[in-house]
Amino acid sequence: MDQNKKVFELKKIAKSFDGEQILKGIDLDIHEKEFVTLLGPSGCGKTTTLRIIGGFVTPDSGDVLFLGKRINDIPPYKRKVNTVFQKYALFPHLDVFENVAFGLRLVKTPEKEIVQRVREMLALVNLSGFESRRVDLLSGGQQQRVAIARALVNRPNVLLLDEPLGALDLKLRKEMQIELKRIQQSLGITFVYVTHDQEEALTMSDTVVVMNEGRIQQIGTPQDIYNEPANAFTASFIGESNIISGIMHRDRLVEFAGRNYECVDGGFAKDEPVDIVVRPEDVEIAPATSEFLCGTVKDVIFKGVHYEMHVACNDFMWRVQSTDFTPVGAEVGLRITPEDIHIMHRTTYGGEKG
Amino acid sequence: MKLNARWTSYPYIVWMILFTVIPLFLIGYFAFTDASGDFTIANMEQAVKYIPALVKSVSLAAIATVLCLVLAYPFAFSMSRLSFERQKMMSMLIMLPMWMNFLLRTYAWQAILEDNGVINMLLNSVGLSSVKLINTSGAVVLGMVYNYIPFMILPLYSVMTKIDKSVLEAANDLGAGFFATLYRVILPLSMPGIVSGTTMVFVPAVSTFVISGMLGGVNNYLIGDLIETQFLGNSYDLNCGSATSLLLMIVVLITMAIFNHFSDEDAEEALV
Repeated sequence: MDQNKKVFELKKIAKSFDGEQILKGIDLDIHEKEFVTLLGPSGCGKTTTLRIIGGFVTPDSGDVLFLGKRINDIPPYKRKVNTVFQKYALFPHLDVFENVAFGLRLVKTPEKEIVQRVREMLALVNLSGFESRRVDLLSGGQQQRVAIARALVNRPNVLLLDEPLGALDLKLRKEMQIELKRIQQSLGITFVYVTHDQEEALTMSDTVVVMNEGRIQQIGTPQDIYNEPANAFTASFIGESNIISGIMHRDRLVEFAGRNYECVDGGFAKDEPVDIVVRPEDVEIAPATSEFLCGTVKDVIFKGVHYEMHVACNDFMWRVQSTDFTPVGAEVGLRITPEDIHIMHRTTYGGEKG
Repeated sequence: MKLNARWTSYPYIVWMILFTVIPLFLIGYFAFTDASGDFTIANMEQAVKYIPALVKSVSLAAIATVLCLVLAYPFAFSMSRLSFERQKMMSMLIMLPMWMNFLLRTYAWQAILEDNGVINMLLNSVGLSSVKLINTSGAVVLGMVYNYIPFMILPLYSVMTKIDKSVLEAANDLGAGFFATLYRVILPLSMPGIVSGTTMVFVPAVSTFVISGMLGGVNNYLIGDLIETQFLGNSYDLNCGSATSLLLMIVVLITMAIFNHFSDEDAEEALV
């Protein structure tokens, strides 16, 4: 896979609506054949970013480059990009076949080729035999597939997907996640996917772009984003985490919860105040001895694979996941190993403390 | 519940029988009888002589309907894309003239179009000679368009508000520019509005007697004026008036059937 060729480049993109700044300087490269996910809470600017790529929104400042060429003012219908809309936006007056054929008819494709390509696409999304169905009589999942086929049949360079699975139930959503990934890999098209669902982002993406309040918080592989969150926002948004403030005394020595810990990070200023992230599944229950940070189990919830408990240590409530049951009220120690301590520069974001 | 629903429809059914079905039969009865109540087709023969007036009525009404459609369509579309508050304000502005009496509004046009009316006074004041405006077919068409255009705008507007913005964006996204989106998406989706708007303008326009009487003069004597004089005017003839009404009704039905046939074909074509 040639993942180095840039398809889209966004440079210092800013956009305001009604005086409210939605995007505050977005820099993002999207490469060929990459599955990029824009992930963030609602209102973070992820959909606006997608609409700028699609051409539905013109940025106030900054440049949009497509294969190296500036396309800020090129309208959507002249871009080699297609979109799968949030609410599908199928044409209610056309049947399944004609919905998919819409883009091909506009460029005067010969009828034989239209029939062949539409059939191919419908087979790809498992809708063979649905050609003459009315779209308003299809289920949500089927409408979704028509929308995907309608976009992909035009062989776009980039497919944009705006929370396409949001309206589907959990089981169908999981199936479609796998299916979308399969389609993306078999066609070798760049996908730019918008979601607020972190699990969806981690499951499907090559690259995850975490956004909040109009800024990109972190760009990385799903593993990077999960294991090495760049700041407290990413850490709290992706998965569950304990975020505690501490002081980085020197490289590989950090103090938090009143104790010094050995860690693997370095490169901070001497005695710099930092945020520390520890994933609940990385905290291990140990005997309540002076060797460990100690606390009292406040509650225990059975989650199937594991027990989730809250352990109060001084004024901080630790979230801990363990496969072993520990009763409420027990005094326990918490073992935290150096590689499970993630240290981040302090940001304005407060996170969920305790 | 089911029983209740049936009961609630009874007043409407009674209303329909009293004021629509029975009068229709009466028209039919009078059309085929003479003053003494005997069967005759003389009235129909007389009514057929009015066909030139009927043709004129249909053609002026058709012109007015097409003009209404052409003017109302872009207006209704841009109105449907406004913010909710603006849409409310616009529909109020459209309804506003209808709060004024219909006759009064047509009188106003008379005053504007007269030989010594507002327009000609303005023309004279800048040194131009007067133009003949009143008592022309153009004045009748103008009166029809002015009076009936709200009935075109409102049904169009109501179907267009149902066209989701994302559907238009999808068309745009798939490569359709403005005209392709109009032709392939907006037009087929607004077809029901076009059909009901056209009906609501054409039917009252073809049978009008006030507009033609006040703005058209003797040269624009329409079928509506004929019917009026036969029922209320100096050439009182209940039976002949009924026959003429019946003829007009048949022509309207045929015209609407032809129109619906073509618009259905259009809709089907879009579906293929």
